Amino acid sequence: MQDLLLEIGVEEIPSAYMPGALQALADLAGQKINEARLPYSKITVYGTPRRLVLFVQGLAEAQEDAAIENRGPKKSIAIDPQGQPTKAGLGFARGQGMDFSELVIQGVEGIEYLFALKRDKGKESRKLLPDLLQSLIQALPFPKSMRWAYFNTRFARPIRWLLALYGDQPLDLQIENIKSSPVTYGHRFLSNGPQPVKDIQHYFALLEEHFVILDQDRRQALIWDQVRQAAAAAGGEPMENPDLLEEVAFLVEYPTAFYGAFSSSYLTVPPEVLTTSMIEHQRYFPVFSPEGHLLPGFIAVRNGTDYNLDEVRAGNQRVLKARLEDALFFWNEDTKEPLEQMAGGLKNVLFHERLGSLQDKVERLKKLAVFLGATMGMSDKNRLERAAGLCKADLLSAMVYEFPELQGIMGRYYALQHGEETELAEAILEHYLPRFAADELPATGTGISLSLAEKLDNLVGCFAIGIKPSGSQDPYALRRQALGIVNIILGRSLDLDLKECIAAAYDNFSAIQPENSREDTTREVLDFILQRLRGVLLDRGFSYDVIDAVLQRALRDVRDVYVRVKTVQDFKQSTRLQDFMVVYNRAHNLSRKWESPLIDETVLEDPSEIELNRTFQSLKKDVTDSLDKALYSQALEKLSTLRPAVDLFFNSVMVMVENQELKAARLGLLKSIAELCNQVADFGKLVF
Amino acid sequence: MNFQDLILGLQKYWGQQGCIIQQPYDVEKGAGTMNPATFLRALGPEPWKVAYVEPSRRPTDGRYGENPNRLQHYYQYQVILKPSPDNVIDLYLNSLKELGIDPQKHDIRFVEDNWESPTLGAWGLGWEVWLDGMEITQFTYFQQCGGFDCYPVCAEITYGIERIAMYIQNKESVYDIQWVDGISYADVHHQTEVDYSHYNFEAADVAALTTMFTICEKEAINVASLHLVQPAYDYVLKCSHLFNLLDARGAISVTERTGYIGRVRNLARLVAGEYLAQRKNLGYPLLKDEGLRQQFLNGEGV
Repeated sequence: MQDLLLEIGVEEIPSAYMPGALQALADLAGQKINEARLPYSKITVYGTPRRLVLFVQGLAEAQEDAAIENRGPKKSIAIDPQGQPTKAGLGFARGQGMDFSELVIQGVEGIEYLFALKRDKGKESRKLLPDLLQSLIQALPFPKSMRWAYFNTRFARPIRWLLALYGDQPLDLQIENIKSSPVTYGHRFLSNGPQPVKDIQHYFALLEEHFVILDQDRRQALIWDQVRQAAAAAGGEPMENPDLLEEVAFLVEYPTAFYGAFSSSYLTVPPEVLTTSMIEHQRYFPVFSPEGHLLPGFIAVRNGTDYNLDEVRAGNQRVLKARLEDALFFWNEDTKEPLEQMAGGLKNVLFHERLGSLQDKVERLKKLAVFLGATMGMSDKNRLERAAGLCKADLLSAMVYEFPELQGIMGRYYALQHGEETELAEAILEHYLPRFAADELPATGTGISLSLAEKLDNLVGCFAIGIKPSGSQDPYALRRQALGIVNIILGRSLDLDLKECIAAAYDNFSAIQPENSREDTTREVLDFILQRLRGVLLDRGFSYDVIDAVLQRALRDVRDVYVRVKTVQDFKQSTRLQDFMVVYNRAHNLSRKWESPLIDETVLEDPSEIELNRTFQSLKKDVTDSLDKALYSQALEKLSTLRPAVDLFFNSVMVMVENQELKAARLGLLKSIAELCNQVADFGKLVF
Repeated sequence: MNFQDLILGLQKYWGQQGCIIQQPYDVEKGAGTMNPATFLRALGPEPWKVAYVEPSRRPTDGRYGENPNRLQHYYQYQVILKPSPDNVIDLYLNSLKELGIDPQKHDIRFVEDNWESPTLGAWGLGWEVWLDGMEITQFTYFQQCGGFDCYPVCAEITYGIERIAMYIQNKESVYDIQWVDGISYADVHHQTEVDYSHYNFEAADVAALTTMFTICEKEAINVASLHLVQPAYDYVLKCSHLFNLLDARGAISVTERTGYIGRVRNLARLVAGEYLAQRKNLGYPLLKDEGLRQQFLNGEGV
């Protein structure tokens, strides 16, 4: 056994590519080494902006031998009646490079075939590895890859050197004009020229010496330590932002964090603007006071040591100052005119070529938000119309043009700045919520109505003109919109007839004459939302059979689905379950193919069936009452009390009798019972 | 180091690296990439090394001379190395040293930047280069130009020379840059910034510009059909600039925008195709490797 090391030296790889590239490197290496039948003990991958490194420990020095069984023609075809090999038999032997006498006969499912049994002698690892590593390098996927010079190889950025060692022996690889050699390169600025590598241990030590901290996890931990210390020295705490931290770790090989300051006069600009500028433009960590106020400073991470750090700090401070100066300018410009005036330009901005301008969208939102608000008894018509009218205005602000991720956030500030009431200002931000999986939900009545309206309008508009997500294609993030609807309804306990809401949203598009009909669109959108609901319920630990049993019913109310799923799931654990399932199964099994629930009571004759009918009829009103009030567990418990009557009925009578009228009445009775049970969920779908 | 010395330093350095030092092209354009010494020469198999200053116009970036960082007319220093050499990053870093910027004393970063010009049908991958947090250069490996794959791929290095000068001279406003001793950037360009901002945003005649666009578009197509490559390309550049002016004037709606960009891109593609055919007809004279030349002439590659 020996260890294997591969270093792919590359010009600075985009930091965003690195996590995926390292994962792919580990996965593909494992896959290729397994395919090559080379046992190993461990695969580790490392990456910095300039290198992708594969380290395989305990890799066998030769392939395992393999037993190969190749099946040939049937014996009856390969050997003639005289026991002599036929042309086909001889041909197979020749193809396998064996003498016919070396072949054997084996039975497969009762038929005898000719077989060539061979032993493939394992090859030496050092002979296999160069090809394996070359194909591994060529197979690495990146979000975008490029060519360079006269070459056709594609990679994230040009490959500049290759180092491959198996134990202390260099392996010979070549990618385009780059031949591997036992050298590496240190930090681009703190090390000079190629560094000869003696063996793998030496490689790791050499990089440390030459200002490269190879292990990304170690680098990241080191950066976070430094960032926290630098912030603490300035009396604050850095913003915790895992994405930023990961990105910074893949931008440097040798980190040194330092604090820089900006003038507190910029703190008049909303903090979200300042932090976005720091993070998005400069990859700085914002600093907050222990009370949570943004401080006029930042932590930057240099790719190097602390040598000449003051000049580096001064440069970074000057750059940020120019950025913040821009932000202040945008803030001052944007707040000069009220939002209402900004909204005047919405007619010139296209939302979608089929679905009209942003002004068209706003007009639809007004109607739909008012409809939803009225349905849920939330907010009021005037406030909803005004909120809808202003919610997109910030898209025309200079600030949101510069920082698109501040949409809604700026609208809220601008509304407050111009004296709009608080709930209305909140609703402008809230109508985009939730923006991602664990994001907050809208809280105000205006915000909830407007947020649902926004998402329904997006979904219904797209479905109506035939834009639907498929596979990984979801350019309009419709899955996220549908998920948002589900989470708002569940999180805010809303009762909403979705079918009606979807239809109302559809009616707003009548002017564009969508190709998809109202009925089809409504069904598809409802189905799409219920699919997301299914995912949410699975995530919350409900079992799939319960969810599917409930979704079998034609349901239109997300919260109602949730209540039913919870009820059925709980009921599955309850002591009443057994009685209920006996009632349901006995009634359902026989009547499954029977259409009519009509019961001609006049033909019932046996005391047991008259009793069952009587009990059922008196229970029915009660159960229906419970169902209407969505008291599903009460309904199920009542139905379970039918068991003694059901048992007695089946012990006393035969259902499938010659007398057609009697049979119809009995089946009708059973059908009625099964149908009432099925009102809650399709209990036939439950798995026990 | 004054602004003039900075330019002269780059000219001398890249001249020593074997680049021909060309001069700015005399038609308005948004970036050094649009100079035919880049846009056309990046196409086809012939090697090419060039460096030049390019005055670049971005009408929407005008700020009436009031913003310390934004200009509607500024300078790029553009280098094309085709094919991209293996040591291209070292060559670039050495050019910074020539300007007195010692990478060891600063924080130099290569941050992902994927360049795309929808109007030129061109894109490439590369970086923006940061000097102590400030973007000073765009570095791009061209992958496509005029809708054609670049083969070989060239490296394009575009320096923002005002920014570098501000850094070196420790100025907070572009207008304070010393062009030569006693003459500032403001002395040379402030009033023109004010005037052009008024023109771009307020005075430009939308109807006239729109007509001019259509005329230039027609002329480009007509001249291209006569296989007069660079004369046709001049009209592509004019269309591009007219589009930028109309855009700055707020005369182009979002829907029309896509249409205009598509029209300019079609022209760029047309001329790129003409250029490729022309170089082939000429026998790729700059391709000195006879084997490669024959290979490309026999239709492999392009």
